[in-house]
Amino acid sequence: MTTTSTHLRPTAPPASRASAINASRTLATAARVLRQLRHDPRSIALMILVPCLMLFLLRYVFDGSPRTFDSIGASLLGIFPLITMFLVTSIATLRERTSGTLERLLAMPLGKADLIAGYALAFGALAVVQSALATGLALWVLGLDVTGSPWLLLLVALLDALLGTALGLFVSAFAASEFQAVQFMPAVIFPQLLLCGLFTERSDMHPVLEAISNVLPMSYAVDGMNEVLRHTDMTANFVRDALVVAGCALLVLALGAATLRRRTA
Amino acid sequence: MMNFTPGQPAREGAGTLTEPPPAVRAGALTVERGPRTVLHGLDFTVPRGQITGLLGPSGCGKSTLMRAIVGTQAKVTGTLEVLGRPAGDPSLRSRVGYVTQAPSVYDDLTIRQNLDYFAAVLDPGRAAAERRHENVTSAIADVDLTSHSDALAGNLSGGQRSRVSLAVALLGAPELLVLDEPTVGLDPVLRRDLWNLFHSIAAERGATILVSSHVMDEAERCHRLLLMREGGILADDTPDALRERTHSETVEAAFLHLVDEAVAAAAANAPKETAR
Repeated sequence: MTTTSTHLRPTAPPASRASAINASRTLATAARVLRQLRHDPRSIALMILVPCLMLFLLRYVFDGSPRTFDSIGASLLGIFPLITMFLVTSIATLRERTSGTLERLLAMPLGKADLIAGYALAFGALAVVQSALATGLALWVLGLDVTGSPWLLLLVALLDALLGTALGLFVSAFAASEFQAVQFMPAVIFPQLLLCGLFTERSDMHPVLEAISNVLPMSYAVDGMNEVLRHTDMTANFVRDALVVAGCALLVLALGAATLRRRTA
Repeated sequence: MMNFTPGQPAREGAGTLTEPPPAVRAGALTVERGPRTVLHGLDFTVPRGQITGLLGPSGCGKSTLMRAIVGTQAKVTGTLEVLGRPAGDPSLRSRVGYVTQAPSVYDDLTIRQNLDYFAAVLDPGRAAAERRHENVTSAIADVDLTSHSDALAGNLSGGQRSRVSLAVALLGAPELLVLDEPTVGLDPVLRRDLWNLFHSIAAERGATILVSSHVMDEAERCHRLLLMREGGILADDTPDALRERTHSETVEAAFLHLVDEAVAAAAANAPKETAR
């Protein structure tokens, strides 16, 4: 190819292969997702402030029984990031699919793993901010009484956010419109919310429901939070819970990657 | 999923000094979408360094053909080689630029941010930052949007957004540009400017352009034409030759003539309606 003339002279990049994961492309994707969010300050405010507001309300709903607030508050610190990231990711990925940008990206040398890791990174960063604020508010303003380290709370919250991102990415493949995507929230999240041990101990449930709750990832998110609530050290149960949540997140991310098709009908 | 048969194994030899393979070569190319066969065993080549117009009425399979060429279409059978590689080959992803019919850009990013991102996908790494910046600036200038480069894509008019989409495809100097109706909804001045841009890209960069349109007057601006109808190729020729062969004044008249011919041939129970 000869490029001899005037201003029409972009330089071709050196030939590159799309490998499994490319750090620069992943970071570029994460930066792009965050840039999109920056043009939407209202969404950021809602994402970050609503969990804080909920905790605040909860604190005074259980004004007379601070023990209840401790237990529910700690659980919610794990559940909020999951729900928020689920919603945000499912809508964002759906928009990527319907706007044609996904097709364009997959016709470019972008690996599916780059795209997914980029999304997970961007929303993960947001989840860190959200969880840090909510945890800080709960512990030091609202007087949530936690025996273990706040860092462990933050760790579980982050894993939950990752799980939310993964679930959102996965279900967006089955939603044809934003309408449907939002309906997946009750379908995927509410059953887990009921069965995760937030309202009553999982061991008090009907055995069938308890068995179901044993295979739902949110149960382990809440169990993990409760371990931190009650124990000073990192218990074996905590490690198991954290690993289950992380493992589920990775599994669902892989399933989500499988739903990104370069060739579509 | 795919069963591409290698076209001619002789061409596989790397580094031969023979002339490069055509930009696109299709043999018995068939595409199915659901229960429907959208493309029926197409045979054609698209020569390099020229503008080939893909013309035909809406729904005749132009977009499907383009998606097959860029490798985003499922259920493609037959032979389809792009720049000497099977269509959809990973090595083609940075060599082929593709503009979908609906502008595919991020509405909540500015023009420059959109291009910055796609440039980073095409040419990643910090070392390439300077080159990326230049490419982005010149792509924005090519589509005449420099004065809007910090505007959100969502706030632009339809024509402006489709030009942003085009600018993305110009990044990284692709050897083959596949443009699906890039001039729809643009005013005559812009349409002329874009066609001038296509010609200078073909002439100065030696790039191949495959551009679809259902507006026949744009056909006159192409070097070669592929006329399509109902999933088949009706004619594959230069605009002049087409007009001459059909004794028509315009390509539109030539197209209509060929359609009538095809219909007549079908009525006469001819099995194959491909004109040559």
